[in-house]
Amino acid sequence: MTKTNQLEIARQFVTALPHARALGLDVESLEPGRAVFTMPYDTKLIGDPETGVMAGGAVSALLDTTCGAAVASHALSGAPTATLDLRIDYMRTATPGQTIRAEAECYHVTRSVAFVRAVALDDDRDNPVATATGAFTFRMIEGAR
Amino acid sequence: MSRTRPEPVQVIKQRRDAALEALVSGVPYIQFLGIRFDRRGDELTAILPYSDMLIGNPLLPALHGGATAAFLEVTAVIGLSWSMLWQDLETGVLDPSQVSEGHLPRLPKTIGLTVDYLRSGLPRDAYARAEVTRSGRRYASVRVEAWQDNVARPIAQATGHFRMPVRGEDAE
Repeated sequence: MTKTNQLEIARQFVTALPHARALGLDVESLEPGRAVFTMPYDTKLIGDPETGVMAGGAVSALLDTTCGAAVASHALSGAPTATLDLRIDYMRTATPGQTIRAEAECYHVTRSVAFVRAVALDDDRDNPVATATGAFTFRMIEGAR
Repeated sequence: MSRTRPEPVQVIKQRRDAALEALVSGVPYIQFLGIRFDRRGDELTAILPYSDMLIGNPLLPALHGGATAAFLEVTAVIGLSWSMLWQDLETGVLDPSQVSEGHLPRLPKTIGLTVDYLRSGLPRDAYARAEVTRSGRRYASVRVEAWQDNVARPIAQATGHFRMPVRGEDAE
């Protein structure tokens, strides 16, 4: 399967998730164990009316979705996944008007658990908006180990 | 010794509900998710009415983990703001008419949030309550729990740390 083909399938998958669609998420890239998703700035997602900064909850939802996609795309993944825990640290407020981009990496899997880390960035790529680490349910494909 | 008559109950309720309404309705993201708050005295219960757009996995179907995290975070931020607002309203630090016009203290900023997913979120209403475990001048910590049908069977819990807004004379 070509890379563009895979990306198109991933995009269709994400846009089929009602909450991801409501947030306006899009897939920038997807490869085994790695996912990059974007969330464009939208006034309906504002969490601080004084500054127009998007809500932490929206960033959490973006990070959770991207982490889940990194797990689901892992070469050994044999079943859908669900979040077990997710820790998010907010380094700074995202700049209003800018798209937020989340990069997630599934760096370790066991038979039943996948471990993921992710970072959320806006246009200033050198200063992360937030980072996340999480554990997700995992089931290895038959005969993998 | 003379004692001033307490205000009529409706006046007190109206003032508190108007302050809560001003706090919640000013945040677009809360309206986007459709979250409401039920008040009993100073105690708040957040309600996330079911909506199709909250679904993550349409096959199960289950609530999106991100929507659950967002619900917990909103409950924590509003719970924390409300506890400050309540104190300032009751002690007369804040003028109720100013508050209902939208002149509210700034919201706390989330430093970190750790969410534990305990059960799959079902396609129905969810509820959450926050408890401020530590409240200081600069930082505060909040524990929050969400449930659906049974309060004894939470679907998720979270602990968050927040940076408190600059208050009073320190403000610019």
